[in-house]
Amino acid sequence: MTSVLEPPVLLPEDPRPIASGALRRPARTDGFWSWITSIDHKRVGIMYGVTAMTFFVIGGFEALLIRLQLASPNGRILDANAYNEVFTMHGTTMVFLVVMPLGAAFMNYLIPLQVGARDVAFPRLNALSYWLFLFGGLFLYSSVFLGGMPNGGWFGYAPNTSIVYSPGHNIDFWIGGLLITGIASTVGAVNLITTCLNMRAPGMGLFRMPVFTWMALVTQFLLLFALPVITIALFLLMFDRNFGANFFNPANGGDPVLWQHLFWLFGHPEVYIMIMPAFGIVSEVIPTFSRKPLFGYKVMVFSGIAIGFMGWGVWVHHMFAVGLGPVSITAFSISTMFIAVPTGVKIFNWIGTMWKGSLRFTSAMLFAVGLVSMFTIGGLSGVTHSVSPHDRQQTDTYYIVAHFHYVLFGGAVFGIFAGIYFWYPKVFGQLLDERLGKVHFWLWIVGFNLTFAPHHILGLQGMPRRIYTYPEGTGWDFWNMVSTVGSFIIALGLLVFFANVRRTDKRHKRDHLTVEADPWDARGLEWSTPSPVPAYNFIESPEIHAVDDWWHRKYTEDEDGRMQRLDDYDKAKASAEEHLKPGQAVHLPSPSFYPIIAAAAIFVAMFGVVYGRSAGANYAITGLGVLVLVCTLIAWALEPSTEPDDALVDADADRLLGLAPAGSAQAELGSGDGGGDQPALTSGGSSGGGAG
Amino acid sequence: MAAVAVEHGSEEVEHQAEASGHAHPPTNTGISNDKVAMWAFLGSECLLFGALISTFFLYRSRAPLGTVKPHDVYDIPFTSVSSFILLMSSLTMVLALSAFNRADSRRAMVWLSATALLGATFLGGQIYEFTVFIREGMTMKTNPASSAFYVLTGFHGTHVGIGVLMLLALVILIRKGRLTPERAETIEIAGLYWHFVDVVWVVVFTVVYLLPL
Amino acid sequence: MTTTEHGPAGHADAPDAAHDAAHDHPTEKKYWIIALILGVITAFEVALTYLDLGDAVAPMLLMGMVAKFFIVASYFMHLKFDARVTRRLFISGLSLALFCYLGVFMMFRQLGPRSDRQDINLIETGVPQR
Repeated sequence: MTSVLEPPVLLPEDPRPIASGALRRPARTDGFWSWITSIDHKRVGIMYGVTAMTFFVIGGFEALLIRLQLASPNGRILDANAYNEVFTMHGTTMVFLVVMPLGAAFMNYLIPLQVGARDVAFPRLNALSYWLFLFGGLFLYSSVFLGGMPNGGWFGYAPNTSIVYSPGHNIDFWIGGLLITGIASTVGAVNLITTCLNMRAPGMGLFRMPVFTWMALVTQFLLLFALPVITIALFLLMFDRNFGANFFNPANGGDPVLWQHLFWLFGHPEVYIMIMPAFGIVSEVIPTFSRKPLFGYKVMVFSGIAIGFMGWGVWVHHMFAVGLGPVSITAFSISTMFIAVPTGVKIFNWIGTMWKGSLRFTSAMLFAVGLVSMFTIGGLSGVTHSVSPHDRQQTDTYYIVAHFHYVLFGGAVFGIFAGIYFWYPKVFGQLLDERLGKVHFWLWIVGFNLTFAPHHILGLQGMPRRIYTYPEGTGWDFWNMVSTVGSFIIALGLLVFFANVRRTDKRHKRDHLTVEADPWDARGLEWSTPSPVPAYNFIESPEIHAVDDWWHRKYTEDEDGRMQRLDDYDKAKASAEEHLKPGQAVHLPSPSFYPIIAAAAIFVAMFGVVYGRSAGANYAITGLGVLVLVCTLIAWALEPSTEPDDALVDADADRLLGLAPAGSAQAELGSGDGGGDQPALTSGGSSGGGAG
Repeated sequence: MAAVAVEHGSEEVEHQAEASGHAHPPTNTGISNDKVAMWAFLGSECLLFGALISTFFLYRSRAPLGTVKPHDVYDIPFTSVSSFILLMSSLTMVLALSAFNRADSRRAMVWLSATALLGATFLGGQIYEFTVFIREGMTMKTNPASSAFYVLTGFHGTHVGIGVLMLLALVILIRKGRLTPERAETIEIAGLYWHFVDVVWVVVFTVVYLLPL
Repeated sequence: MTTTEHGPAGHADAPDAAHDAAHDHPTEKKYWIIALILGVITAFEVALTYLDLGDAVAPMLLMGMVAKFFIVASYFMHLKFDARVTRRLFISGLSLALFCYLGVFMMFRQLGPRSDRQDINLIETGVPQR
C-alpha cells in the first residue's frame, strides 16, 4: 500500500470562484484573511511558531520579574500574591504556551514534508488546533484583566486550588485555558498520527522515516494518551469548584493525592512530550553538520519508543515526599533510574555521529551541541532525584528548579532554536545571519548557566521553591544575585535573535536575495523542495529508497566508506529548485472559516463556565457557545474538504482558483462526523470519505 | 483541462461504487484516514473513561456517616433494563451498517433511527434514575462517592447524547441523498464511536452498579 | 496512477485484502446471535448479584464484563477482521489505561485485603462544610 501524490493537472481555461454552504469558501492566498482561513500545514506551523515566540517573550518577562524579586533578601518588587501569580503563569506559559506549541510548529511544518505528503490528514482540524491554542492562551491571559491570574502553581495542587483556598476566578481561568489547549493537542495528535501512519510516500516504510518524524510520532502518541488524564483532573477540579463536588475535598472524604496521581500521570509523559521534538531536531541537525549519517538509526528510533513507553511508569517520582509507602517509592525509584538508559543511549549516539565527522559549527549546530551538553547535565541531576532518599532533601527546593530548567531550557529550548536556525531558510527563504546567531548562542550558554547552575547550590543549601522572598542571613544572597544577572544575559541573547530576524528580513527584501533549496547540503526530503516551500510541497511523489533518501540522491559511498558525490548531484540540486510549470496546477485542500469560528465558540463557552460559578445564569453563555459550536461543526462536516476542481494552485503566484466546470457534480458531501480527507489524492472529493 | 479533472472524479466514483464498503484507500496502512483517526481517538477515550471509572472505584465507599452513597440507592432491575437497551442498540447499529453496505438505504435509515431511539431511551432512563437518586438524597455535593458517580455517568451520558445527534444527522443525510452507499464507511466510523460508548457502559455497569462493595 | 492500482487485481495484492476476498463481515443472522449471547451474559451477571456467593461474585462479574467487551470490540467493531493497525491503536490505549489505573489502585490499596482500604464510611465530619 502506498500513498501517492496526484500529479499536476492542466489548468482549466475558465476559473471562477465557487460559493458553497453558508459561508463562501475563501479563495485568496495572500493578505490577512488568507491566514485566518488557511489550512495549509506550513502556515499553521508558522502561526504556531510566531504565537509561541510571543508567549516566550511574555513568559520571559515573568521570569525576569521572579529573578528581580529574588535577587536579594526581602525583595519588594512582588508581594506574595503577585509572586504566586507570576511564577504560576511563568510555568504554565512556558510549558503549555511555548515549548509544546514550538514543538507543534516544527511537527506541523515538517511532518508532511518529511514523509512526502502535500498536507496533513485533516487540514481543517489542523487549523482548529492552532486556533484553539491561540484562544486558550488568550483565555489564560485574559485573567490579567479579569480579577487576577492563576496562582496555584502550574501543577495546581488540590485542595489549594479548591474554592476554600482559591475563592477568586484565578484558578477557573487556569482550568479553562488548559482545557481549551488540551483539545487543541488531542485533535492535533489524532491528525499527525494518521498522517504518519497513512500518508508516507512510496517506498517510505516506517523505518525509512526520518528520526525527527519518529520522535514526532512518539510525541503524538504521548499527547493522545496523556491529555485525557489531565482533562479529567481539570474537570474534577472544576466540578469541585463549580458544583460542590467532593473529589478533592478532604473534609468530606475526598483525597488530594488523587489530584496528584492524575496530574502526574499526565505530567510525566508531558515532559517527554516537551523534549522529544527537540531530540528529533537535534537528530537532524547533527548529522547534517557532521556530514555523516546519524549513528545508529534503529537504536535512536527504538530508544525514542522506549522513552515513550517507560515514561508512563515513573510518574510517582514527582510524589516521593507524599507518604505513599516504601513499596511504591522503591518501585518508582527503580523505574526512574531505568528510564535514564534510553536517553543516555541517544546522547552517546549523537556524540558518535559527530565522531570523525566533518564538523561545521553553524548556529544550528552550536545549539544542537548545546542541547547534548546541557541536557546531559540536567539528566544527571535527574538521576540523583531518582534516589528517593536523596530526593527527600531535594524535593521542593531549587535543586529541582535547576534540574528542570537544564532539561527544558538547556534541552528543549536550545534544541528548538537549533531547529529555528536550521529550517529558517526553508520556511522563510531567508538565511539568518550566522555571526549574530553565534552571539546569541554564546550569550545563552553563559547566561543560561549563570542563571541555573547556582540553583543546584541554592537547593542543596535549603532554599525552598515557590517562596516569594527570603530573609537576611540565609547565605543565599550571592547565588541568587548571580542567577538574576544571568537571566538578563539570557534576555539580551533573545534580543539579539530578534534583531537577527529583523535584519535578515530587511536585507533580503532590500537586496532581493533568495535562498537555494538546500543551503546546508542536508539529508531530509524537505530540502528537495524550493525555499520557501511552495503551497503544494512536491510536484510529484518522491520515490523513497532509503533513510535520508535526499542525501542518497546526491552522494554515495565508495568501497572505503568514504562519501562521494554522485554524477547526478547537480541534477538533483537543480530538480529541488523546480516549481510548477505555467499551465500546470495541483489540487489542494481548500481554506475554511470554520476552524477559527469553532475555536472562538469554545473560547466563549469557557467564559460561561468561569462566571457560571458566581451566577448560574452565566451558564447561558456556555450554552450559546456550545450551540454555535454544534452548528459550526455541522456546517464543517457538510463543507467538502476539497471543492471539486477548486483550490487549484498554479505556478504563477500560488493562486487559488475556484472553478465550476460545466457538468461536474458539486461536491458530493461527506457526513457529520469529522471525517478526514486525503488532500493529495482526491480530485472529485469523493473517495476516502469527505469532510475533514 | 476541466475534462481531465472530471474524468478523475467519475473514475473514483466508479471504483468506490464497485467496492463499496471494501474500498482499499490508497494509504500506507490500507485503512482510510478517517478510520485510523477514529481508532486513535477511541484509544485516547480509554484513558479518559479509565480516569473516571478509577476515580469512581476509588471513591465508591467514601461516604461520611449519614450521607447517601450510590450503592444505597441503586435500582438494579431498572438499570439492567436500560443497560440491555443500550447493548441492543449496538445490534441495530451493525444491522444498519450491514443494510447500507448492501445499498439498502431505506433499511439502513430504519436501523439507524432505531439505534438513536434506543440510545435516547437509555438516556431517558438515566435521567429518570438521577431524579430518583436526587429525591432520595444523593446529589453531586453529597460525598465523594456521589460526585464520582454523577460525573462518570454524566460524561458517559453526554457521549451517548452526542452519538444520538450524530445518528440523527446521518439519517437526515441519507434521506436527503447526500450520503450514499459508496460512503458506507462513514456509517461504519459512526458505528465505531457508538459501539465504544456501549462498551464503556459494559464496564461501567459492572464496575459501578454490580460489583459489591 | 492511483486509480488503476486499485482494480480488482490490486485488491488481492494488498495486505489484509485476503480476508475481504475470502469471507465477509458476519452475516446479519450472526449479529442477532451475538446480541443474544450478550443478553444472556448480562442476565447472568444481574442474577449473580442476587445470589449470595460472597467473594466469588466479583471475579465472575469481571469475567462477564471482559467477555462482553471482547465480543463487542471484536465483532461489532470488527476489530477481529480489520487490519492490525486499528487493533494496535485501540489496544495500546486500553493497555496503557489498565496499567496506569491499576497502579493507582494499588497505591490506594484498593486491590489488597479489605482491612487495608482507607474507606471512611465511619468518619464523622466535624469540619464545617464550605
